[in-house]
Amino acid sequence: MPDIPHRPLPTSPEAAPPQPSAASPTRRHVVQGLGTGTAALALAGLAPSAGAQAVPQGGTGRAGSATPSAHTPPAPDAPRFFSPADFALLRAACERIFPADTQGPGAIALGVPNFIDAQMDTPWGRGELWYMQGPYRPDAPANLGYQLPYSPQQIYRKGLAGVQAWMRQTHQAAFETLPPEEQDRILEALEHNATQFDGLPAAVFFEQLRTDTIEGAFSDPLHGGNRHLAGWTMMGFPGARGDYMDWVDQYDTPYPYGPVSISGETA
Amino acid sequence: MTEKTLSPVDVVVVGSGWAGSIMAKELCEAGLSVVMLERRGRRSTARDGAYPSSLDELEGAVRYKLFQNPADTTVTVRNRMDQEAVPYRRLAAFLPGAGVGGAGLHWTGVHFRATPQDLRLRSHIVERYGRAFIPEGMNLQDYGVTYEELEPFFDRAEKVFGTSGEAYTVGGKATGKGNIFAPDRSDDFPLPPLRDVYTAHLFRQAAAEAGYHPYAMPAANASQPYTNPYGAQMGPCNFCGYCSDYACYMYAKASPNVNIMPALRRHENFTLRSNAHVLKVLLDSTGRKATGVVYQDAEGNHITQPAGLVILAAFQFHNVHLMLLSGIGKAYDPVSNTGTVGRNFTYQNITNSTVWMPPTRSTDQFIGSAGGVAIDDFNCDNFDHGPHGFIGGSPLWVNQAGVKPIAGAKATTPGVPRWGSAWKKAAIDTYRHSFTINAQGSNMAYRDVYLDLDPTWRTSYGQPMLRMTFDWKDNDIRMNRYVIGHLEGIVKALGARDVQYGMREEGKPFDVRAYQTTHLCGGAVMGEDPKTSALNRYLQSWDVPNVFVVGANAFPQGMGYNPTGLVAALAYWSAYHIRTQWLKGNGGPLVTP
Repeated sequence: MPDIPHRPLPTSPEAAPPQPSAASPTRRHVVQGLGTGTAALALAGLAPSAGAQAVPQGGTGRAGSATPSAHTPPAPDAPRFFSPADFALLRAACERIFPADTQGPGAIALGVPNFIDAQMDTPWGRGELWYMQGPYRPDAPANLGYQLPYSPQQIYRKGLAGVQAWMRQTHQAAFETLPPEEQDRILEALEHNATQFDGLPAAVFFEQLRTDTIEGAFSDPLHGGNRHLAGWTMMGFPGARGDYMDWVDQYDTPYPYGPVSISGETA
Repeated sequence: MTEKTLSPVDVVVVGSGWAGSIMAKELCEAGLSVVMLERRGRRSTARDGAYPSSLDELEGAVRYKLFQNPADTTVTVRNRMDQEAVPYRRLAAFLPGAGVGGAGLHWTGVHFRATPQDLRLRSHIVERYGRAFIPEGMNLQDYGVTYEELEPFFDRAEKVFGTSGEAYTVGGKATGKGNIFAPDRSDDFPLPPLRDVYTAHLFRQAAAEAGYHPYAMPAANASQPYTNPYGAQMGPCNFCGYCSDYACYMYAKASPNVNIMPALRRHENFTLRSNAHVLKVLLDSTGRKATGVVYQDAEGNHITQPAGLVILAAFQFHNVHLMLLSGIGKAYDPVSNTGTVGRNFTYQNITNSTVWMPPTRSTDQFIGSAGGVAIDDFNCDNFDHGPHGFIGGSPLWVNQAGVKPIAGAKATTPGVPRWGSAWKKAAIDTYRHSFTINAQGSNMAYRDVYLDLDPTWRTSYGQPMLRMTFDWKDNDIRMNRYVIGHLEGIVKALGARDVQYGMREEGKPFDVRAYQTTHLCGGAVMGEDPKTSALNRYLQSWDVPNVFVVGANAFPQGMGYNPTGLVAALAYWSAYHIRTQWLKGNGGPLVTP
């Protein structure tokens, strides 16, 4: 039998973070750390619009509950690493990066947020696949690569908390309750590094989110994303077939067979 | 931690990749007791290349299952001598292997011989263009060994690897196929070339129409079932597309694990120890003789393995690192221009161009092998460099080794959004209808591009990290742009709807954030002059004659071709001279300086 990785529930205290609350010292520090929040938003053309303010706040932190979408996604799988509030923001952001559209399903239907949640409790998520010893030189030239002291878990913790605080300052609303166009403008601001979250440049968080969204959409379903192989079907990738002997020289004839996963699932 | 000294053996081989496996096999055949030390764990096709669980892009190519973990050891990198180098914290630009098989397990399998020109590039350039043609600061050198001398060893390596390809001439007789620029061969490839995938077929037609000379790339992927001289069996490549970054589940891609280890394990005088990280080579009080190595085992114990002969056969930069840590030879100092260890560090100058075919044409990029179609019209000195004033060249090729969807979707196109619906549409279109043409070029050596020990950062073993000082230079930038300029005719003949030319840009420094190639070279190069080379022509240390250093570290400059074919031939060449000369002598230098 192939080794199908089991992804046990987190057991260490570190893997089950305390629920962030606006009153916690950590959170207050993050808000102070933003400093340029409102100004940066204004610079990025992100002053809250009338439309954004008109949307009621979700309150429960559940994505979809406040989005006036024709298709309400199914209730999300409970996250193992992220808090419900963090996960609601994560789901909404992934869905804007990889939206449901005429090409096919979006990140939520593909299970991408659950993929990212599961990846947090892996050697990679814990930063064990990166060199994480100091001293750190965060101001080194960008072409010399990542120089921050943060593991993927820490990038997500800081990034999600930072966006939440930023949204409270600038929109008085949670990201996931904003209309999609407004969410896009905020993500663009992150992409263009309009602010930083307690030492984490917004663009670093955005790039991690973009990268992991792609990986969740197109990796084997055993990792929790690419549900029903819908990511591969969209791309036209046959998955783990691993044998094209019969198609090597059938030039200019599109490969006809749909994808197969490592577990043998077909689409 | 405890310290322990083991019983002496004849030979200790550091590293279990191609170089180490070849050396160990040859020296076991010579009757010597051989201990091979591998930094990381055991690997086999049965476990690491199992079907279908190993066909996992996330695990293989994104989380780097078969690669070195930077948390264990990494390097620091800077572009210029006046900068502080910083750690290469996340793998990206280059991917050294770890575990039994080394880079030989995760490589693609492109298997070239070096060209006669490349092996004596300095002499060739001086003869054709004059000494003044060599730019100031370029350390252009010969290998000290010729193609004619290496030919039997190239041939041997191809037979061991089960290489598929098409010869141009064999024994001076034209076959009517192959690369018109290829040197003569004593024998044909052991297997016929792999079939062209669709994109390679398109490139072959277009390149011919544009007036160039396309040929099937030589690949250590078996085009038919094959049994090599060691009795190791290979299955036929089925174009599954999991070559680079994976262990081949079909036993079709040559690896030390498939092609050499089964025979090596049968030698009673052979011992493989994994999770044995060599910390340094031990020298006697004269500093001119190695007495063995000390390594750290999985429990953190420091074990001394005495040996009469030490073969360094780790990855290119690990060999250089071990020489610097051990004091073998004199460390290179670019200011005084003295010393040789760390000198002539080079890379490979690769840029990728993307062409989009009409939407009616599906490029099926997931189908792949190490084969493909190349042209050598702009490689080496196959064209007159006189009017251009640069040295070096690039083959151009379609070497589609299977593009998986994460890699496909991460590729960005200038002018197209990087996320959202418009990006999704473009990513799907690109994946289904585009393909990539690579210009994989030479990289010359320069006085201020080198390796040394970092003053600040340490590996997890508490030793100074290796520091890379590397940047692209004017000669190499202009070479790349000249070659890419000639791609237009091919693209036109392809009938592409769009093209994105990838080329070097002046002022854009070497960037560690995106994968380029793992073809790192030099740093402990072979040559004829101990002032400019760390090793003699037999890969023997000039300074410590019972140490041989085998790998791409020996290349005086980076070539356009992939390095493995030359690494393997040099290993057989070195082993031959150890067996026929060094073992029969007094253990001294094979070349008198």
